[in-house]
Amino acid sequence: MCIKNSRQLKQVQRDFLNRDKQFTRKALICCGTGCLANGAQTIVDQFEALLKKKRIKGFSVEAVRSTGCHGFCEQGPLVIIEPEDIFYTKVKISQVEEIIDTTIRKGEVIEKLLFTNPVDGQKITHYPDVGFFAHQQRIALRNLGKIAPHDINEYIANDGYTALYKTLHEMKPQDVIDEIKKSRLRGRGGGGFSAGRKWQTCADVESEIRYVICNGDEGDPGAFMDRSILEGDPHAVLEGMIIAAYAVGAHHGYIYVREEYPLAVVHMQKAIEDCRKTGLLGENIFGSGFSFDIRIARGAGAFVCGESSALMKSVAGEVGEPRAKYVRSVVKGLYDQPTVLNNVETFANVPVIIAKGADWYSKIGTPKSTGTKVFSLVGKVRNTGLIEVPMGITLRQIIFDVGGGIIDDRPFKAVQTGGPSGGCLPESMLDLPVDFDTLTDNGSMMGSGGMIVMDDRTCMVDIARYFLEFLVNESCGKCVPCREGLYQLHGMVKQVCEGKATESDLERMEQLSEVIVRGSLCGLGQSGPNPLLSTLRYFKDEYLEHILNKRCPAGVCRDLITYTINDKCTGCTLCARACGDDAITGEKKGLHVIDQDKCTQCGACMAVCNFDAVEVH
Amino acid sequence: MITLSINGKLLQAKEGEMLLTVIRQQGIDVPALCHHEAVEPFGACRLCTVEITRKEWDGWKNYVTSCLYPVEEGLIVQTHTGEVTQIRRTILDLLLASSPRSSVIQELAAEYGIDSCNYPVDPEGDDCILCGLCTRVCNALGMKAIATVERGKRKVVDTPFSKATADCIGCTICAQVCPTGNIKFQDRGKQRHIWYQDFKMATCSECGRSLDVTTAMVTYFSERQQLPEDYFELCTECKQRQTVDKFNTIIDRSEEVF
Repeated sequence: MCIKNSRQLKQVQRDFLNRDKQFTRKALICCGTGCLANGAQTIVDQFEALLKKKRIKGFSVEAVRSTGCHGFCEQGPLVIIEPEDIFYTKVKISQVEEIIDTTIRKGEVIEKLLFTNPVDGQKITHYPDVGFFAHQQRIALRNLGKIAPHDINEYIANDGYTALYKTLHEMKPQDVIDEIKKSRLRGRGGGGFSAGRKWQTCADVESEIRYVICNGDEGDPGAFMDRSILEGDPHAVLEGMIIAAYAVGAHHGYIYVREEYPLAVVHMQKAIEDCRKTGLLGENIFGSGFSFDIRIARGAGAFVCGESSALMKSVAGEVGEPRAKYVRSVVKGLYDQPTVLNNVETFANVPVIIAKGADWYSKIGTPKSTGTKVFSLVGKVRNTGLIEVPMGITLRQIIFDVGGGIIDDRPFKAVQTGGPSGGCLPESMLDLPVDFDTLTDNGSMMGSGGMIVMDDRTCMVDIARYFLEFLVNESCGKCVPCREGLYQLHGMVKQVCEGKATESDLERMEQLSEVIVRGSLCGLGQSGPNPLLSTLRYFKDEYLEHILNKRCPAGVCRDLITYTINDKCTGCTLCARACGDDAITGEKKGLHVIDQDKCTQCGACMAVCNFDAVEVH
Repeated sequence: MITLSINGKLLQAKEGEMLLTVIRQQGIDVPALCHHEAVEPFGACRLCTVEITRKEWDGWKNYVTSCLYPVEEGLIVQTHTGEVTQIRRTILDLLLASSPRSSVIQELAAEYGIDSCNYPVDPEGDDCILCGLCTRVCNALGMKAIATVERGKRKVVDTPFSKATADCIGCTICAQVCPTGNIKFQDRGKQRHIWYQDFKMATCSECGRSLDVTTAMVTYFSERQQLPEDYFELCTECKQRQTVDKFNTIIDRSEEVF
């Protein structure tokens, strides 16, 4: 059915909500990639199988919803029972029947399935009370985990496409740009450029053809913000894109999604088709006379294709290499036409800004970085996952309130933000407000929102080496400073890890970094030395310890450490069995010994020991 | 016209011109290995990097590749400051490590005061500096027989799947534009070998000598330029002889008339 006016839009909304009213309870099952990997689909199947046999008043198969990602993947599969918001974690197939019989039929809580607060060990019954969610403010992630991503009607029932209706029928294109400018929304892909100014420039360029592209080429290790939004709320992105297209006068759009995100592609394709059927994409959208259509372009997984000019080349079917942007892509982009390229999260924010107004939005966050930001919080924190917090929140609040602190209460050492070309910030920076400018001023960056927390057992030199290795592998190889410079820089950091570097090498590393920053063609190279520069800025002592004393204080760099077994050893033989090099000998129930000539410092013995008997120096 | 300053001298330039062109017109020596007038600027070697600033920038400076940067009114350009030279020197040093045997790189590096490479040298490194000139001219001529394959340090110039490709016509334009002479080909009598395949050389139908073009080139260019069928049939000498013969016939006839 085609929706042409607000009456029809409201009808779809009413129909859906009326249908929902017949259910006294609903079961929301997270079917994001993380939960699916944990077997969420089998939980859904089990619900359906059991409900064929059981008859429950006010509950049926239609009340079981496969939703998008909640961001709390490590606790998956997640099941939420509405309206009480009872939150079950790590649900197994065998427990589905109990959930139906106890919680759905009688409204009683199953204690063992509740989430245990890692900080105080208390069981938490209700979803909003879980610390991980309680400190969040969800705008871009507003529908994630709440609605079925493949059902356009449920999106509409949750006020979806009302912002688009308002845009097309009540606003002129310039009004939309002005509203976005007023909201001071900045691009969430990394650069933090004003979205409103970008749209304005594109609209001002004289051209018959313009493009709107959504950048879903999320390549940072450990980051999955864009994937979750594309999978869990594809219509939010589409709505944002259509609004942008109307504002700048574009009639063609692309969503660039990585091939590695198959579920995102499936959900997005379904969403696009549903929009076409409903008259929200294609000719004469909402009967307004405005036409716009979107196609999916699949990326082959090159990190550099997240860079705007490389992405556009890739969309056009050329080798994904960046070009110098002395003429910006908003002026001369895809097929040399003016192009607005924004990130998934940026577009997901747009409908809310239009619906609730720029004044409402700009009050959230800080004056220069308004709104919220989605982070993928990973590493050595108790609660890992996807979070959305207002800008200006401190790193400490994110790590200790949302993240629940460091695992095993070990000392916090550093937090890496901004993806591979971001930087590491030490404990003294924990009270910094998280916004675009503060992070950049302190040698790191917002990036697309990766946040990796590290404890005292992380070696900062090794971290720099790891990220440089990533960048060396992902450099497109077009320009010399990035291709050859990062390669040599990585080699020099590796020498530090191996204890083969001298103090003067640090100076040489800094000099080379400066040339890479100044001389590289695109952002990848220009920010490539950041992992080194930021760790050198805040953890120089650790570098010197490797160089002068040939010691890795964190016990990570293999060439500089030795593993030994102390007298806590009970002779359980676990370590000897775990050792891949036959380096550990000892009688059962007797003290074990590591043969240092055979040991390759892999750390497997330490990982399996239950008695803290393996030490690293 | 646009007025800008290069190394302290005020100059006029045409709108749309690139900085490198204007700089070189002044006789200033700025190196560039990936630049060629025949193809669009690329900005890969970064050797033509210069420093730019403007009065209103309050001392803030930027480093840009001059081959790609269009001239701007009021731009203040410096081509040889300490920082710029340092960028070029480091780039040459890095190239020296990856292409240690290239005489072009060695000479350029020596010009910038590098006697020996300051980085671990790759003993296996060939002379390719991935400037992309070969792939770009091949692309511009419409063959698209070679391209860069892989990325980063693994990147190489190659044909698809490192195999002979029907797109290659054996014109050797790639070898001719290569700034370091890394692309090799062999002409052996009536055969040419390049990019994994042998090409037959076209011969003069009159005297049988090689025409210095491959038969694949004859087919490709005849079709593309819509040349007459006999365009590549004769060598230059035979063509000249034929023309002389023709004239002689005309003269003979005219003598008969008068």
